[in-house]
Amino acid sequence: MPLFKLPLGRKSNGAEFEIFLRRFWIAGVGTLIMACTLVLRLVYLQVFHHDLYTTLSQENRLKVVPLPPIRGLIYSRDGVLVAGNRPSFALEVVPERVADLEQSIAGIRQLMTLESDQIERFHTDLKQKRRFDTITLKSNLTTEEVAIFAVNRHRFAGFEIAGRLTRYYPLGSQMVHAVGYVGRINLEELNRIDAGSYSGTTHIGKEGIEKGQEEVLHGTVGYQRVEVNAQGRILRVVERTPPIPGKDVHLTLDSTLQAAAIEALAGNKGAIVAIEPATGAVLAFVSNPAFDPNEFVNGISAKLYAALRDSPDRPLFNRVLQGLYPPGSTIKPAMAIAGLEYKIRLPSDRTWCPGWIRLPGQIHKYRCWQKAGHGSVDLSRAIAESCDVYFYTLAKDLGIDRMHDMLANFSLGQRTGVDLPGELTGILPSREWKRRTRKLPWFPGETLINGIGQGFMLATPMQLAKMATVFANRGEVVAPHLTDYFSDPLTNVHSEPERIARTRAASIDSSTWQIAIDGMHEVVQGARGTAQATGVGASYQYAGKTGTAQLFGIAQDKTVKNENVVKHLRDHALFIAFAPLDHPRIALGIVIENGESGSHAAAPIARQLFDLYLDSMPPAPNANG
Amino acid sequence: MRTASEQDLLTRIHIDGPLLGGVLVICAVGLVVLYSASSESLETVMRQALRMLLGLVAMCSIAQFTPARLARWAPLLYCIGLALLFAAFLVGTGRGAHRWLEFGAFRFQPSEIMKIAVPLTVAWFMSDKILPPKLSTVMIVLVVIGAPTALIAEQPDLGTAILVMTAGLLVLFFAGLSWRWIGVALAVAVVLAPIAWYSMHDYQRQRIETLLDPTKDPLGTGYHIIQATIAVGSGGVSGKGWLNGTQSHLEFLPERATDFIFAVYCEEFGLIGVLVLLAAYSLVLVRGFSIALNAQDNFGRLVAASLTFTFFVYIFVNMGMVTGQLPVVGVPLPLVSYGGTSVVTLLTGFGVLMSIQTHRRFIVKS
Repeated sequence: MPLFKLPLGRKSNGAEFEIFLRRFWIAGVGTLIMACTLVLRLVYLQVFHHDLYTTLSQENRLKVVPLPPIRGLIYSRDGVLVAGNRPSFALEVVPERVADLEQSIAGIRQLMTLESDQIERFHTDLKQKRRFDTITLKSNLTTEEVAIFAVNRHRFAGFEIAGRLTRYYPLGSQMVHAVGYVGRINLEELNRIDAGSYSGTTHIGKEGIEKGQEEVLHGTVGYQRVEVNAQGRILRVVERTPPIPGKDVHLTLDSTLQAAAIEALAGNKGAIVAIEPATGAVLAFVSNPAFDPNEFVNGISAKLYAALRDSPDRPLFNRVLQGLYPPGSTIKPAMAIAGLEYKIRLPSDRTWCPGWIRLPGQIHKYRCWQKAGHGSVDLSRAIAESCDVYFYTLAKDLGIDRMHDMLANFSLGQRTGVDLPGELTGILPSREWKRRTRKLPWFPGETLINGIGQGFMLATPMQLAKMATVFANRGEVVAPHLTDYFSDPLTNVHSEPERIARTRAASIDSSTWQIAIDGMHEVVQGARGTAQATGVGASYQYAGKTGTAQLFGIAQDKTVKNENVVKHLRDHALFIAFAPLDHPRIALGIVIENGESGSHAAAPIARQLFDLYLDSMPPAPNANG
Repeated sequence: MRTASEQDLLTRIHIDGPLLGGVLVICAVGLVVLYSASSESLETVMRQALRMLLGLVAMCSIAQFTPARLARWAPLLYCIGLALLFAAFLVGTGRGAHRWLEFGAFRFQPSEIMKIAVPLTVAWFMSDKILPPKLSTVMIVLVVIGAPTALIAEQPDLGTAILVMTAGLLVLFFAGLSWRWIGVALAVAVVLAPIAWYSMHDYQRQRIETLLDPTKDPLGTGYHIIQATIAVGSGGVSGKGWLNGTQSHLEFLPERATDFIFAVYCEEFGLIGVLVLLAAYSLVLVRGFSIALNAQDNFGRLVAASLTFTFFVYIFVNMGMVTGQLPVVGVPLPLVSYGGTSVVTLLTGFGVLMSIQTHRRFIVKS
């Protein structure tokens, strides 16, 4: 039976058949043309553009999913966990997969409480992110909330419970100003970081060590190539590059000393920095009051943040690195070193203190704190009794230029080089500085005032502590640091961060330094020292220098009793110290805001901490190499 | 010419061998692709096979009647179909469309009846007229075609409406409708096009807009076209292999068992597979043409030509839609797409062709 037969030799149907036949051939040709376009189209797609569509189908099918690394942990020197990761559950949503977002959120509100600022933040995220990005609706779900959602999950397509690790700080507020905290990556940070290495990472170090050692703590992102279906569900993992966890950071901070320092402040505003002089290791880093960093990790509520920000005690303020205080008499030992270095004074040179001096041609009296005067004082006694007139005279003889150069070697007006972000330089005035900032020439009287640490001069508690270490080290300047070493959680290999090279503050030999140090020793343990009461009964020898920073000027010939001054205008109490005298293990910088007097408010704290550290915390054998 | 006694067995039981062969090949291919497109659901394949069986029974049954008897029944079938369409218009069910009629557990689309009833009725109406048809005849025929087309388009089922209209108009065309009137009709169509545009449903208009630029709305209406094109293109010359199509098995391809099954086929069997399938379709088409050319009266010729060319339009519209050349109008790939009514009506149509072929009065040449 033939498939196709032409109707030949049949004329019986006549004209009608002829018309049909013509129409049939026309339709046939049309059919052929249409069939050809179809085949050409298929050849075009399947042969000429095959590569393009293969790529597109691969892109459909294979997705690269970043695997965020686990953030490194932070430990104190004594092995206490300072910053860790703990599992937490968050309710997340992909907007694209939700039919009616508002209705779904209303439904979820019936299952669990959603704070209005959580919803507000969710809507901010909703605007910023893309429709197919995951957005967190609620963090830190309780196990009960997780269970309730799990039961009702079928009602909320597009919503998922995501388990992840959240940063937490077991010590709460104790080390917050040193360690800092992590928070969600904000827009500004997003522009700064390498988006690739942070894909999948939601949090970044915002302050302190968390920010300073961000690169080390973060680790390296991993990837997995997965096959997904049209709903985005992962079907299988095709290829996997595991993430490399961040390194653990071991701090030099000692949790016991830190806690003791906080306690010693007894709720007063202020700062305490303790440094191991030989290494520059910061043992305690206290800025009081503080705050709980755990509140910041998943976004602090607006109300709580406003309360912290607007508190007159300024708990968010890092006093150690950013608090600027007139260093007052604490700079007197450094002034003495300047006098010795520039050979302006011999240790035995005496100055007569009648209670005041006057510059030639001026009426203004520059007064000593001891109105009756100290009489004849040498260098050591001038330090011990904090004789202002001795140092007015010394400053006058040195001149502002030499004063500036020497004090700069003690890190005043310079960053201390501590391995934390946000450190301020304070102010170490000079002619050039005054011309630049005040557009005024230097006046001779200002040299005198700055010679006793008043006037323009401002220093951070970290700078004060570093100044103490310079004396403890007899002139060797070591940059303070909080990062002891890093350890790799996988290999347990330890590595050390780069350290800043040591310098010398002055060229004089250690026996000359000893003369100034003897003065400081007398401050706390001599018969006439300004804080001699605090040194009584110590099982070790130590040295210190008190300071009192006036907050407002007092008219000539007037005295004002501090009790009559409102608390927030009372003088700041300052103290620098180190112990033991001969082989110092610890140096301190202490500022008590409105503490009135260095000898009464600040010096006893130093004694307390020295007792704790030296008597009950023996030196680690071969500590830190 | 052969005498009746020389006829082979198949012809004696009014079955046309080549047509049956072609149809069976296509059905077999269809079931194989369906297994893949339905995510390897044997149940789906069995259900479709059952419908094919039902269709084959219908085909063989229809072939037993002479074309003359089919012609007599045509107007009745047409009237029943029109009544059912009207009933569907009033009480029909289906996704936002008056498309389905339910009789207890039995559910069907009355529009399918019209795919056969319209060409048969038009051919019957014109078979005793002098051809080419007079204007009055043409007018009556246009009403006969227009009424069901309008009702189906209203459902809304643009794909079926187009197929029903095409089947009717092809009869008119083969009957020798004057070119002048065709020209006039085209001119009117051009004028009416904007009006039609505004009377279309939003989704129908969107489909045409999407065809012009599928990337405009890649997750909305353009999604079908983009994903289908990707499936077809990524198949290449030799295809990804049966059951290995990622576009279909990972569910990127929508409507993959029904209207877009050709994309699955292209992805898994490539250009070579496509050419094989086209060859099988060609077999059926060529046989249909042969039947039309050798039919012995106007009715047989017109019906056979109309049904065969409509079959081609079916294929062309579906493949054109899947490969992104035509708008998405919801026309299944004949005998391959999953769906019961369409398989049964198509096979019934081939029964009509077989009837025309096997009930010829054989001329015995001396």
